[in-house]
Amino acid sequence: MTTSLALADPIGVLTHPFAQHALLAGTAVAAAAGLVGYLLVLRAQVFTADALSHVAFTGALAALAIGLDARLGLFALTVLVALGMGALGHRARPDDVIIGGVFAWILGLGTFFLTVYTTTRSAGNGAAGVTVLFGSIFGLDAARADVTAVIAAAVCAAVLVIARPLLFASLDQAVAAARGVPVRLLGYAFLTLAAVTTAEATQVTGALLILGLLAAPGGAAARLTARPLRAMGLSAGIAVASVWIGLTASYAVPALPPSFAILTVATLGYLGAIIATRTRRRKVKFRLRHS
Amino acid sequence: MSPVSQRNRETDSAQLPDDQPALVAVRDAGVVRNGRLIWEHVCVDVAAGEFVAILGPNGVGKSTLLKSILGLVPLTSGEIRLLGHAPGRANHQVGYLPQRRTFDASLRIRGRDVIRLGLDGHRWGIPLPGRRSRAAIARVDELIALVDAGAYADRPIGQLSGGEQQRLLIAQALARRPRLLLLDEPLDSLDLPNQAAVAALISRICRAEGVAVMMVAHDVNPILAYLDRVIYLGHGGAVSGIPAEVITSATLTALYGTPIEVLSTSDGRLVVVGQPEAPAHHSDRHGGQP
Repeated sequence: MTTSLALADPIGVLTHPFAQHALLAGTAVAAAAGLVGYLLVLRAQVFTADALSHVAFTGALAALAIGLDARLGLFALTVLVALGMGALGHRARPDDVIIGGVFAWILGLGTFFLTVYTTTRSAGNGAAGVTVLFGSIFGLDAARADVTAVIAAAVCAAVLVIARPLLFASLDQAVAAARGVPVRLLGYAFLTLAAVTTAEATQVTGALLILGLLAAPGGAAARLTARPLRAMGLSAGIAVASVWIGLTASYAVPALPPSFAILTVATLGYLGAIIATRTRRRKVKFRLRHS
Repeated sequence: MSPVSQRNRETDSAQLPDDQPALVAVRDAGVVRNGRLIWEHVCVDVAAGEFVAILGPNGVGKSTLLKSILGLVPLTSGEIRLLGHAPGRANHQVGYLPQRRTFDASLRIRGRDVIRLGLDGHRWGIPLPGRRSRAAIARVDELIALVDAGAYADRPIGQLSGGEQQRLLIAQALARRPRLLLLDEPLDSLDLPNQAAVAALISRICRAEGVAVMMVAHDVNPILAYLDRVIYLGHGGAVSGIPAEVITSATLTALYGTPIEVLSTSDGRLVVVGQPEAPAHHSDRHGGQP
C-alpha cells in the first residue's frame, strides 16, 4: 500500500491530512460540476450559473453577518434564488434580463453584508470575503470535507437520474412534453442541482472562479464528442483531472493558489479541445479534397 | 363520415368489421384561449393509415388543433377521442413533430442520439448495456434506414441542412411505432426539391408502416398527389373530404363567408385566392394595438 501510494504520489501530497481532505472534497465537487456543467452548456444556461455564483458570495456573507455558518447561507440562498429565477422565466428557464438584474443586485447586497460583517464582527475572520471569493480548499477539516463529498455525490446521482429526460426536454420541449416528460419540474430540479453545485464549488474554487470549473470542462467535452452520455463522462473526467493536477501543482509550488491552479488546468483543457477539434476538422477536409 | 366514429365511440375503439375505426374523432370541439375564440363546432375524423392535410389561413388555429388532440391545449366545448381515449391518455401511440426553427448550429448532438430520445428519452436514469439497449440500437438503425439518413446520422445535428434535420426528426417521431403522426408544417423552411422529397417520404411511411398522418400545411401543392383527404379549418367549423371536393370556390366561400376563388394551373397545382388572413372580426386578439 505504501509503496504504491509513493509511486502514485511522488511528491507526497497525500501524507498530509489537509491535502487528503482537499482531494476528497475536490474530486467529488469536480465530478458534480463536470456533469452539471455539460448540461448547462447544452441548455445554454452557463450565464445562470454565473449569476448563482454571485448569489453564493452574498449568501455566505449574509450568514456570516448574522452569525451563522457560512455554508447555511450559501446553500439556502443559492437554491432559493435559483428557484426564484426559474419562476420568473418561461418554463423554469430564466432569461438573460432576469439573470442580469438578479445578479448585479445580489452582488451589491453581498458587499453590504461584507461591510456589516467586518464592522460588527471585527473579532471574526477578517479575510472571510476573500475566502468566499477565491476558495479555501486546503482549509477544509475532515468533517467539512466529508459533508461536501457526500452532497456532491448526491448531486452526481441525481444528475444521472434526470439526465436523459432533461436532455430530451432541452432539445425539444414540446415533443418531450407531449411524451409526458415533466418539462417544468425538470427545469426546476436542474436549477436546484446547479445551485447546490455552485454552493459546493464555492468552497473549492471560490465564488468568483466557479464558472471555470462549470463551463470549461463541459465546453471541452461538447467539442470533443457529439455523444451526450460520453460527453457527460468526459466533462466530469476533465473537471476531476483539473482538480487533481491543480491541487498537486499548488502543493508543490506554494505560491500557486489552488483555485488558480485548478482553473488554469481546466482552461488549458478547453483550449486543448478547441485545437484538437480544429486539427481533426482540417484533416477530414484534407482527406476529402485528396480522395 | 360521422356515423362511423359515432358508432365507434359507443363501442370504445372496438374493431368494426365493415369499416376502419376512427383513430381520431373530434366532435363539435371548440377552443378559447386568453378570451379569444380560436375555433368552434369543429368535427373531424381520421381513420387508420389515412394521410390527411389540415389547411386554412394563418392564425386560424391549425397547430392548436394538433395540440388539443395531444391534450396540450384543453377544449372549451365538445369532445376529442384519440384511439378511444381522452386527449393526453394515448400519446405513447402518437408521434409529434411541432412547428420548429432549425437546431442551433453549435448544437453538438448526433442525429442518431436525437432519434434515440424519441425511443426512450422519457425514461429516468442512464441506459445500461443489455438486451433493451441492443434492441434500441437496432431500432434506431432501422429508423435511419427508413428515412434514408445513413450518410449523416452520426454527424452533429446542428451542422445538418434543414431537410436532413427534418428527416431525422420524422424518424424520431416514428421511433415508438406510433399509429398516428401529427406533423406541424414539416415542409416549412425547406427548399422546393426538399419539400417534394420529404412529402414523398412521409407518404411512403404512411403507406408502408400503416401510420395515419395529420399534417398542417400552408401550401397543399407539394402533398396534393399523396393526400387521402384534406381538412379546411375555419373559425366556425371545419370542412373535410377529398381535395377535389373541398378545395373549391363554393366550399371555401361558404366556410369563410367571404368570396374565395380556387384556380387550377395547367400542371394541376391549386391556387387559393382571396383567403382571409388575420381574421377581422376577432380583432380583440391584439388588445390595444391598432
